[in-house]
Amino acid sequence: MPIFTFREPGWSPLQEMERLQRRMGRLFEETFGPGLALWRPGVYPLVNISEDHDYLYVRAELPGINPQELEITVHEGNLILRGERKIPAEEKTINYHRRERESGYFRRVVGLPTPVNPDKVEASYKDGILTVKLGKPEEIKPRVIKVQSS
Amino acid sequence: MTEKELKPKAKEEVPAKGERVRPGRVFLPAVDIFETPEALTLVADMPGVPNDKVILDIKDNHLIISGEIIPPMAAGETMLNQEYYTGDFQREFHLGAIIDQARIEATMKDGVLRLLLPKAEKAKPRKIEVKVG
Repeated sequence: MPIFTFREPGWSPLQEMERLQRRMGRLFEETFGPGLALWRPGVYPLVNISEDHDYLYVRAELPGINPQELEITVHEGNLILRGERKIPAEEKTINYHRRERESGYFRRVVGLPTPVNPDKVEASYKDGILTVKLGKPEEIKPRVIKVQSS
Repeated sequence: MTEKELKPKAKEEVPAKGERVRPGRVFLPAVDIFETPEALTLVADMPGVPNDKVILDIKDNHLIISGEIIPPMAAGETMLNQEYYTGDFQREFHLGAIIDQARIEATMKDGVLRLLLPKAEKAKPRKIEVKVG
């Protein structure tokens, strides 16, 4: 039996990799307790994904960026975040004691755990946190099923 | 300058000293500190801290900056996948120079704190002439 089949519609190796890595992360967390095993993908920015009944929320800490220069794309179950963090040059006369803040560009693909409605995506930026709110399609929203008694 | 790709870094937690009243984690903000003959400037990344939740505490040459975050998740949200922890920020510094506290300026924008700490008159550097005798 082949390990991967490419016939499935909407199958994306990237997403599959992310899913697998997440599962591994969860396994770690269950074994060693929380705190030791956050799954870190090695790509900036790190994101936290949460959900409620109607939306998925993807958040990232991006302090001091210009939100106008962020490029946010939803494509085939992936959220793509691209942008640049610029740290304006200070005057030439200064001398540094510490320089820990980093600048540079980033491009991240985040595999979304559920399907989303691409027409219902909003992004906001506040206090250095980017929040992308993605609407879930009606058909995947949880529904309460009543038990009928005869 | 060549373009650089940003690399993700795990946030560093503040080494525990006393017990905190407010529960949750506390992280060390990444900072830039630079100096001119007149002032020290400190720039700190504190994502999630609103403008009115920054606390500066200066005693002599000891500076503590701290910021409280608003919990990012609303009630009713459940975490599906977590790559970073959220929490307050705090960091302490011993300033090399005496600061003129009356002229300190602090601005907070998009999660970045910028602190201008003007040096007191007597702390400014003086050029020392070497006398040739």
